Amino acid sequence: MPNPTSQGSEEKPVGIDSFRTFTASSASVIPLLQQIQNQYGYLSENNLERVSEYTHVPLSSIYGVATFYSQFRLSRPGKHLIRVCQGTACHVLGAGEIMAYFKEQLGIEENETTTDELFTLESVRCLGCCSLAPAMMIGDKTYGRLTRDTVDGILSSYREREER
Amino acid sequence: MSHVSEIRVGLATCGIAAGAEPVYTALEKELAMIDVPVRLKRVGCIGMCYNEPLVDVVTQDGERSTYGHVRVEDVSRIVEEHVIGGQPVQDLLVASDGFFDKQVRIVLENCGLIDPESLNEYLKCDGYEALEAVVFTMTPQQVIEKVTASGLRGRGGAGFSTGVKWGFAAREPGPEKYFICNADEGDPGAFMDRSVLEGDPHRVLEGIAIGAYAIGAPHGYFYVRAEYPLAIKRLEKAIADATAAGLIGENILGSDFSFEIKIKAGAGAFVCGEETALIASIEGRRGTPRRRPPYPTVSGLWGKPTNINNVETLANIPWIIRHKAEEFTSYGTEKSKGTKVFALAGKVSHSGLVEVPMGMPIKDIVFDVGGGIRDGKAFKAVQIGGPSGGCIPSSLADVPVDYESITATGAIMGSGGLIVLDEETCMVDLARFFLDFIQKESCGKCTFCRIGTKRMLEILTRICDGNGTVEDLDWLLELSKKVKTYSLCGLGQTAPNPVLTTVKYFREEYDAHIVDKTCPAHVCKALIHYEIDPDQCKDCKLCTHDCPVQAISQGKGAFQTIDQKTCIKCGRCYEVCPFGAIDVQ
Repeated sequence: MPNPTSQGSEEKPVGIDSFRTFTASSASVIPLLQQIQNQYGYLSENNLERVSEYTHVPLSSIYGVATFYSQFRLSRPGKHLIRVCQGTACHVLGAGEIMAYFKEQLGIEENETTTDELFTLESVRCLGCCSLAPAMMIGDKTYGRLTRDTVDGILSSYREREER
Repeated sequence: MSHVSEIRVGLATCGIAAGAEPVYTALEKELAMIDVPVRLKRVGCIGMCYNEPLVDVVTQDGERSTYGHVRVEDVSRIVEEHVIGGQPVQDLLVASDGFFDKQVRIVLENCGLIDPESLNEYLKCDGYEALEAVVFTMTPQQVIEKVTASGLRGRGGAGFSTGVKWGFAAREPGPEKYFICNADEGDPGAFMDRSVLEGDPHRVLEGIAIGAYAIGAPHGYFYVRAEYPLAIKRLEKAIADATAAGLIGENILGSDFSFEIKIKAGAGAFVCGEETALIASIEGRRGTPRRRPPYPTVSGLWGKPTNINNVETLANIPWIIRHKAEEFTSYGTEKSKGTKVFALAGKVSHSGLVEVPMGMPIKDIVFDVGGGIRDGKAFKAVQIGGPSGGCIPSSLADVPVDYESITATGAIMGSGGLIVLDEETCMVDLARFFLDFIQKESCGKCTFCRIGTKRMLEILTRICDGNGTVEDLDWLLELSKKVKTYSLCGLGQTAPNPVLTTVKYFREEYDAHIVDKTCPAHVCKALIHYEIDPDQCKDCKLCTHDCPVQAISQGKGAFQTIDQKTCIKCGRCYEVCPFGAIDVQ
């Protein structure tokens, strides 16, 4: 299992008390993992163990679930998660070039985080904003009709906000 | 002259991304300052996504003026000239382009017209009348008979008769049964279900409640993609409001029928579109399909009889109940009744959310509804049905959109993604794109799906890189046959479709890549190079400044030249040149 602590000290594991709204059964595994990831941005080994303890599902199965679904990540992401859409409409309208430009500008590959821990770059299957292709999301915000110029503008606006 | 009574702002995900929120806020401020009572409301997808952000101004007589590409600075003119002055702002109105002329709106009846967060607005549009009629005046068997008579077939892609499916679930012994709405819209290039859930969530809720009554299910789930936070939020509100109003929950409308429903957010797995995989996911396991039979209608969620329908299927139900079955069957073809919603996107001028009668020829959707190809380019093909579908070439543009005709081309109807492709789309690259998707999304259970698609992807990558051989094509076809035959679920069985249809209809493009080592659409980087035409070059050096690898320098004269060894073929020079001096070979 990747060791998230290599990227800095780990947060205190989630308290089992916060699980009480979920039934202690296998049906709660995915909702619990989603809640933990919402809170921490990723799933640490400690937290996977907590889910296993609470739901009585073996840790190996929890790990199986966490690695099966594309939503879950096992290492801490940067402050801003960039998800570049790679759906069909985006693909035929140049999403590949946009992804390449992000890699060039951020100096990282897909699923990596910049050294200042500001940005993590991921691709996403389809955001369902095909009319705005090529599209992406940063955090909860969707951006469409991307070009290299708009990418420049968006990245600098995030960086400026950090400096302030 | 009739006064403006209502202003609607399209605030679905697309609209928000295009900047509709600040427009809404600006309208709110402007309207607060004037003495004219106007109702400002948020609506879902209006459909004309190519004109986002969209604002509809409606008069008391119901006359509707649509403004497109609205910017915050346009708002004061709309308020002053139209709301106060009564004169539409002509230069901001969207052009009348025939976008709606050939559409028939059953599923999208309310979408873009009503506030999706208001139960009252849905009630005013005959909302929940169908549920009331069903619960008090029809037996479950009568509901099933009516839905069967309407000819409605599953809109998720497979096209199985909805009424017949309900019949299977209904005849299983109760009382524990489940009704699931599959809203895990996983096809890349599809946004119909998201739009319906964001634009008219009560309609889907009413549809699932009617279905649950028909099969006798007291429990239900919405399985929604996690990437659709707004759809989840609006659905949550719809469920809460409907429950508070006694329309969902214990003893619906005072009857004996009770139905409680929960939302499960999917966690991102294309294979969960397959019913048994979706069930595994709700049960908290990896979304791996299992053998059928038993079918979920016999043994589904937690081993209980379970019926699963897609969002669009359920959104048809209230309309069907409110009308005579013949009214629904008056639309469509002999075997495909009603309408189909498409997410029209790609190289088409009017990309958006459209609903057309079944049986409309592909070319009418592309040209009459979609306004033809962008930038005057040539229409090459449509990609229909996502990764399980295929490419239908422009030579077959007369093919009507119905389940049987589309299947006969080698593609499938699918859930409604319709991507229009032009001369600049490389069909080999597109086949590679879908194989890459499928290979990543294969759950890994069946050997041919897990490894076969990987080998197919390697072959396609080789061909796109200019390293393909003639034998590669034979291998590709051989593997396609095996993957289709030896896969358990729909994902694997249909995975080779994008390859098979592109080889069938665009064989010459494969040959060009393999034999001539060229990419006719100028997409595959290994097979193209950029050159500057010294006669066209004005020596402005824009390309030189923009080149990320400094591959462009002064030529022997007043022009620039590209060093082919350094060039990474990013195409930036081609895009930036104002004189068209860069050639792609």
